[in-house]
Amino acid sequence: MPDLSPDAWTAIALSFKVAAMATLWGVPVSTVLALILARGRFPGKALFDGIIHLPLVLPPVVTGYALLLLLGRKGPLGAFLDQHFGIVFAFRWTGAVVAAVVMSLPIIVRAIRLSIEAVDARLEQASGTLGAGPIATFFLVTLPLSLPGILVGATLGFAKALGEFGATITFVSNIPGETRTIASAIYTASQSPEGDAEALALSVIAACIGLAALVASEIIARWFRRTSS
Amino acid sequence: MIDVEIRQRLGNFRLDIGFSGGAGVTALFGPSGSGKSSVIKVIAGLTRLETGRIVLDGTVLADGNGRHTPPHRRRIGVVFQEARLFPHLSVRHNLRYGRLFTPGGERRIAEGPVIDTLGIGHLLDRHPATLSGGEQQRVAIGRALLASPRLLLMDEPLASLDAARRLEILPLIETLRDEFAIPIVYVSHAVEEVARLAGKVVVLEAGRVAREGSPADVFRVAADRFEVVSVVDGRLGAPDGAFQLTPVETPAGTIWLNGVVRPEGRPVRVLVHATDVALATRRPEGVTIRTVLAGTVADIPDGQGPSVTVDVALDGGGRLAAAVTRAAVADLGLTPGRPIFALVKSVALDERPL
Repeated sequence: MPDLSPDAWTAIALSFKVAAMATLWGVPVSTVLALILARGRFPGKALFDGIIHLPLVLPPVVTGYALLLLLGRKGPLGAFLDQHFGIVFAFRWTGAVVAAVVMSLPIIVRAIRLSIEAVDARLEQASGTLGAGPIATFFLVTLPLSLPGILVGATLGFAKALGEFGATITFVSNIPGETRTIASAIYTASQSPEGDAEALALSVIAACIGLAALVASEIIARWFRRTSS
Repeated sequence: MIDVEIRQRLGNFRLDIGFSGGAGVTALFGPSGSGKSSVIKVIAGLTRLETGRIVLDGTVLADGNGRHTPPHRRRIGVVFQEARLFPHLSVRHNLRYGRLFTPGGERRIAEGPVIDTLGIGHLLDRHPATLSGGEQQRVAIGRALLASPRLLLMDEPLASLDAARRLEILPLIETLRDEFAIPIVYVSHAVEEVARLAGKVVVLEAGRVAREGSPADVFRVAADRFEVVSVVDGRLGAPDGAFQLTPVETPAGTIWLNGVVRPEGRPVRVLVHATDVALATRRPEGVTIRTVLAGTVADIPDGQGPSVTVDVALDGGGRLAAAVTRAAVADLGLTPGRPIFALVKSVALDERPL
C-alpha cells in the first residue's frame, strides 16, 4: 500500500460519499425516466430520450458549464433554490452529487429501460385483470422483474459517479475536503512535480474500484439470469 | 349477466357482434381470425371499445362514448391461452394476488375449495417455471377465480396443452362452473370443449355472429359435412369391462363408447360427427355397428351435390344429423316422417368428445 497523504484519503472518502448519494438519487429518478421511455407513448419522446442521453455525447465540461449556468448562485434555478430553500449546489459537495447524477443518468436509464422493456407486457395485463391498478402493477410486477437491470444500472452508475471528473470540476471546482474527489485529486497530483507517486496510487485505486463495479454488475446479471430460468 | 355489443375496426376487418350471456358457460366459437379473442379483450377492457356497449349485471363498463372502466375496476377475470403466471412469485402468491385487490365483502370464493378442485395443493411453494403446462394452466384458472370475479373470461385456455392435459382440465372447468356458480364466457375453436361445457354457443365468422343457440342446435348446421356434429344427451351405464366398452343410455337406444368411462349414472353429452352416421330403414343384422338409435326422418335438405345431411328426430327427443349420399336417399326412398334407424360406429366415439 503506498503512503497516501491525509488529503488523498479525504478525497477517496468524499468520492464514495458523492457516488453513494448520486446512486441513491440517480436510481429512483432513472427508474421513473426509464419507465416513461419504455412504456410511454407521447410526442417528442425521441427528443426527451436525446436530452437524457446528452451528457453521454457532450464534452463533460459542457455539461458542467451548463450546470453552473443553471444551478450556480446567479443561475435561474440556483438563485431560486438559494432564496427560497437555502439550497446551494455551486462549489459544494452536494453540487458534485448533482454533477455525478446528471453524468451517470444515461447509463442507469439505459440499463433499467432495457430491463423494463424485457418485462412481458402481457403479465402487466394479467395483473390488471386481477384487480391491480397501474401503480400496484408497477410495484408488484414490473419493478421486481426489472430488478436485475436496476441493480446493474446502480452498480454502473456508482462506478461512473466515482470516476466523474469533467462536469464536477467545472461545476463545483476542486476544493480540498469539499469537492476534491479521487479524479480531481489525481489531476491535482499529476500537475505538481512531487505528485507522481500519489497520482499513480490513486489511479490504481480508481481502476480497482471501477473494475470491481463492472465485475459486480456482471455477477448480478448472471445470477438473475440463472435464477429466472 | 353480460351484454355485449361491439362494432370496431380490427386490423383489416370489422368486428360487428352482439350477444348476451347468463349463468353457466357461454361459448364464443369460430375459426381462428374470426375475432373471438378480440371480443374477450374488449370485454376485459384490455382493448378500448370503439362503438357499442359492454354491460355487466346492469353496470355499463364501456359505451364507446368515452366511458371506459379500466380492466382493474371491472372485476372480470381472464384465463389466457398462455398461463401468464408471475414468474417471480410462488404458486401460493400467484393465487393470492387477486385477493389483495378484492374488497373484503366480495371475496366469495375461498382458497381451500379452489385449490382442492384444481388439485394444486402440492404445488403451492413451487415457482411457475418449474410447473408443467397443465399445472401452470390450473394455477392460472385458480388465480383468476380467487379474485372472485363477477364474470370469468377464458380465451382458449386448453389450446396450448396436449390432448391428455386437456382431458384432465376440462372436467375441472365443468366442476368450477357448477360449484362456484360463476358465469363464464369461453372462447374456443374445439367443438368437443364447447359442446361439453357450454349452455349457449355463439358462432363467430369473420367478425360477425353467424348463429347462436344450444350446442345441439348450433353444431347440427354447417356447410361442410365434416363439420356437422350432433350432440346427444344421455347417461353413463355400467361399463363392459371384458370388452372395454361403456354404454350411454338414451331414449332412442344405447350408444356404445369406445373405452371405459365412469362414473356410472353421470349425465354426458356424446358428440357424433354426421359422417360417422349411417341410416337403415330396418334394424340391421350382421353388421359390426353396435349403436342403433331409433328415430324419424325430420328433414332432407334439397341439394344437387353428391351428399346430403339428413336430419333425424330421435325417439324421446334430440336430433342426429347423418351425412349420406343423395343416391342412397333415392334408393331407400327416404322422405320426412319415415321411421328410421341411425347407425353409429362405436370406434368413432370415445370419452374425448364427452
